[in-house]
Amino acid sequence: MDVTVIAESSGDRLHPVTAQLVGAAVTIGGTPTVLCAGGFGAEDAASISGVAKVISVVGDCFGSFDGGAWAEALNSVSGGDVIIAAATPAGREIAATMAAMRGIPIIQDATGLAPGISVTRPIYSGKAIETSTVNAPCAITVRANAFDAAGEGGSAEISTVNQSADVAVAVREAIAKASERLDVAEADIIISGGRGMGDPANFSHLEEVADIIGAAVGASRAAVDTWDEIPHGMQVGQTGKTVTPSLYIAVGIRGAIQHLAGMRTGKYIVAINKDPDAPIFGVADYGIVATWEDALPALKAELGNL
Amino acid sequence: MTIAVLLKQVPDTTAKISVSGGRVDESAVSKWSMSPYDEYALESALQLKESGGGDIVAITCGPVRAAKMLTDAAAVGADSLLHVLVEDLNALDSTQIQAILAAAASHCGAQVVFCGKQAADTNAGSTGPGVAHLMGASCVTMVSEVASEGGSFMALRASSGGDQRVAVSAPCVFAFDKGTTELRRPNVRGIMMAKKKVAETLEASDLGVDTSTSSVSVDSHSPPPEKPPGQKFEGADSVAVVVSKLRDEANVI
Repeated sequence: MDVTVIAESSGDRLHPVTAQLVGAAVTIGGTPTVLCAGGFGAEDAASISGVAKVISVVGDCFGSFDGGAWAEALNSVSGGDVIIAAATPAGREIAATMAAMRGIPIIQDATGLAPGISVTRPIYSGKAIETSTVNAPCAITVRANAFDAAGEGGSAEISTVNQSADVAVAVREAIAKASERLDVAEADIIISGGRGMGDPANFSHLEEVADIIGAAVGASRAAVDTWDEIPHGMQVGQTGKTVTPSLYIAVGIRGAIQHLAGMRTGKYIVAINKDPDAPIFGVADYGIVATWEDALPALKAELGNL
Repeated sequence: MTIAVLLKQVPDTTAKISVSGGRVDESAVSKWSMSPYDEYALESALQLKESGGGDIVAITCGPVRAAKMLTDAAAVGADSLLHVLVEDLNALDSTQIQAILAAAASHCGAQVVFCGKQAADTNAGSTGPGVAHLMGASCVTMVSEVASEGGSFMALRASSGGDQRVAVSAPCVFAFDKGTTELRRPNVRGIMMAKKKVAETLEASDLGVDTSTSSVSVDSHSPPPEKPPGQKFEGADSVAVVVSKLRDEANVI
């Protein structure tokens, strides 16, 4: 079965989640061809183990993001029974548009795949799990960190195709990010603060810890809605980002059902809260009943000693 | 200008989801609400109408209970309502739902479509881009603001590299992320007027969409896996213990 993997790019480089997409393709018994939009990351894609072929799709339309144009250009050079992309905003849009172009179904945000094709995915932001069956041809997006990445050491052939499409979404102004901090959706370690932090200025303590361990800083909805200084991009939960990091540290977060839905699939969860009855302790692997004022300096010191 | 706003009724985000007999038990859902991202789309459509004129048609595809959500949309200012009756949305695949909604928007004469970036139940995000393709429209996702500018639109969207202002012309679809303003509350007059507003009701077949066979079959729903009970420690002195466990037991730092 030919599987078209839509490489995820980060700027003009290959995003590491692409190796997980290849891993997902192999899981369903597929032979992966990786499409690199704009040619971004083609050489790195070719070195992923198990990749049969890399197609570097080069065209003017890849200068800025227009999901419809990217999908049109990619679709015209891709065969494949199954399309696999990352369940990122761009990946979801490109895959959904390609599926609509082909008149085939799409299932988004898979966390498990088996030949057949059996697809497991969280629904209701993780409050339930759905298993469904779909036959090729179909499109599937997969959640970051849900599949093991294929290794390195591949040496697939790269072919370059010139293919563009009309761009209908014109970027007029790029607004620089307020901070260069890691995005919670991409981070392997996240430390999040809630309203229990008392004041948005206190998030600087979370940032100090984050800097030591290379973590992203997140926030609960309560914190985002209460303080203008905490942007929605940091929000973890049902109306924010759903995350699956290796380590999630919740500080001053009670654990509303919407927040738990967004982070409960994290591999290890640490909760720091002064209220021993806070619901967050129900999903924590390691709970610490303490105020953040006491716990964060200790955490900083201990992590600094590693 | 007619703006179609696509709305979905979903279990409220505060509602517990219970599974019985391998299916999510919808009868146990305590409260149904407009999907949160759709609320942002509706509020933005109302603001666009206020600044530039136009008519707003609120469209939903779903069972009979979703009619209440359309009335809620009318109460805050939707001019007309279209309900495509589908008893079980789970029985349809993405191609069918997109075909229904694209046909419904065209049926209303809309060249501009507002919707949420994803619904709070399926969390998919396929509808906006799919409907856009079927309508021959451009699509902008992760949008938090739209303003009209000359004959076209200026949208603020989030991207991995930071926010961007993008220009796009009709026909176009905007899929909304969380914005800066919550959906307004209805006033008494709005609520009274909404009670008199009758939704146009159609079947999928009226729009020429065949819903008889889905290419995706849902095998089962299950509750999320229970985590084994964690370890709980008292006081900040235990931070050292937890850090050593993260290093030695969990191997995550």
